[in-house]
Amino acid sequence: MSYSNLKRVDLIFDKECNPKEIIKNTWAKSNDQIINELLESGLKGRGGAGFPTALKWKYTAEQPEPDKYIICNADEGEPGTFKDREILFKVPQKVFGGMAVGAKVIGAKEGFIYLRGEYRFLLPELEAQLESFHEILKDLKIDFRIKIIMGSGAYICGEESALFESMEGHRGEPRNKPPYPTIAGFRSKPTVINNVETLVYAFMICMHGARKFKDLGTADSRGSKVFSISGDTPKAGIYELELGMTVEQFVEEFGDGDTKAVQVGGASGFCVPRKKFKETIIGFEGVPTGGSMMLFNSSRSMFNVLHNYLEFFEEESCGQCTPCRVGCQQLILGIEAVKKGERHASYLEHLQKLAQTMKITAKCGLGQSVANSFFSIVENFKEEMIY
Amino acid sequence: MPEIKELVKNLASKHGKTRESLIPILQGVIHEERYISDEAMTEIARELDISAAQVYGTATFYSFLDTQPRGKYVIRVCRTISCAMKGKNLITHEIEDMLKIKVGETTQNKKFSLLETNCLGWCHKGPAMLINDDAFTDLTAEKVREIINQYIKK
Repeated sequence: MSYSNLKRVDLIFDKECNPKEIIKNTWAKSNDQIINELLESGLKGRGGAGFPTALKWKYTAEQPEPDKYIICNADEGEPGTFKDREILFKVPQKVFGGMAVGAKVIGAKEGFIYLRGEYRFLLPELEAQLESFHEILKDLKIDFRIKIIMGSGAYICGEESALFESMEGHRGEPRNKPPYPTIAGFRSKPTVINNVETLVYAFMICMHGARKFKDLGTADSRGSKVFSISGDTPKAGIYELELGMTVEQFVEEFGDGDTKAVQVGGASGFCVPRKKFKETIIGFEGVPTGGSMMLFNSSRSMFNVLHNYLEFFEEESCGQCTPCRVGCQQLILGIEAVKKGERHASYLEHLQKLAQTMKITAKCGLGQSVANSFFSIVENFKEEMIY
Repeated sequence: MPEIKELVKNLASKHGKTRESLIPILQGVIHEERYISDEAMTEIARELDISAAQVYGTATFYSFLDTQPRGKYVIRVCRTISCAMKGKNLITHEIEDMLKIKVGETTQNKKFSLLETNCLGWCHKGPAMLINDDAFTDLTAEKVREIINQYIKK
């Protein structure tokens, strides 16, 4: 397979990695050294939000509380994302390794992996891998254990505070923030919660040093990223690519020659139409993504795409706050009414105002991000919404 | 009834009797019974010493914690966009045809339930479905017939 204009990277899935050796070497360093190395690398959270990993660890480390936790967020549920499943399947030891390093830095003795219910078939192998990892820790006399907690089919539990609620045995309803997890997370104790991929990168930075990672990408988006690519493409699958490419470069490589739009970041992300391919950078300076890249060719109705996303949000909304619960329902009814001609096309502007209100008033990222796909699809494909 | 009591008791001694054990216990009931009956919820509430309303509230939040009777094999076809684009409807229709039930229903013999669900994380290999915990991908009408036939024989 050729990668004419995209640089393929192999940090995540590279099997040349001895977890025991890396842990031993990392334990020889001070926590400050590890945090500085991570800070130097520029690693930002790979779940989509992009918070600097080093700072998350540092803030949690600074808390005086004796009980702290590290949690691996494996509740991968964003439409179009499937990379975490592959990472947990292929290189679980690297994920555990990243958690162990994080635990050392913040001073945690317990870690948890919150695995989405849809991936329960991974559990037997993961448990076996975990057992051999615990052996490594025992050999090195490191007091840290990881437990796997299963989700039960709720997208919202990928939101960190909803995830804590779920782990504590409650409905997965997001909490108010602040306080942030670094101060009060799981069991209201200081908690680091990282995406699966982020933990592996942190571990790889411990192995290779910050340089190898920092040399990749751009000033705002350092390193590489695992992309989940689906939709109208002859090359659907999982690819680790250097950050900083434009959508145009991406489409040249992965499109089917007739790509009219790319949805970057899943249902909660942004739709980039063909006319903006050239100027749009995939990364924190342009369109951020947790890795979901869906391509649509000219045979697709963007009305159907938006309708599918809204149905997704309507069902996955936890229902706790009114803007999100009622907003999602009304957006669906609204675009259906315009499509059927029961409402004038100008009604779309009212709906955009509603989406904007949700962005400001919804309690968590789910309700706030509905506006992302709504605006970017409605504005760029207005005629498809009406006719 | 006595069986449910026994099951809940066993699950509680395995997972503990704290609030954090609630979801693992509910998942354990699903594993055995495929759904959580009112009796099971009452029994769990008694075992954990919390209100049955708390158990109900938690169970009904999660789409995999069914509170209505389901078949021995719960089929969940992914309905999210990538699978929809790859012909999810064809797959659903094929299953409906074979089992003579509609989405949301359970066969007379209580062997199969057919549901649609949100993104399963197999977007590059759609259409995809789960039967209980097992994932099936790159489905075609033919392939799905074969799979369902195997389950019918089980």
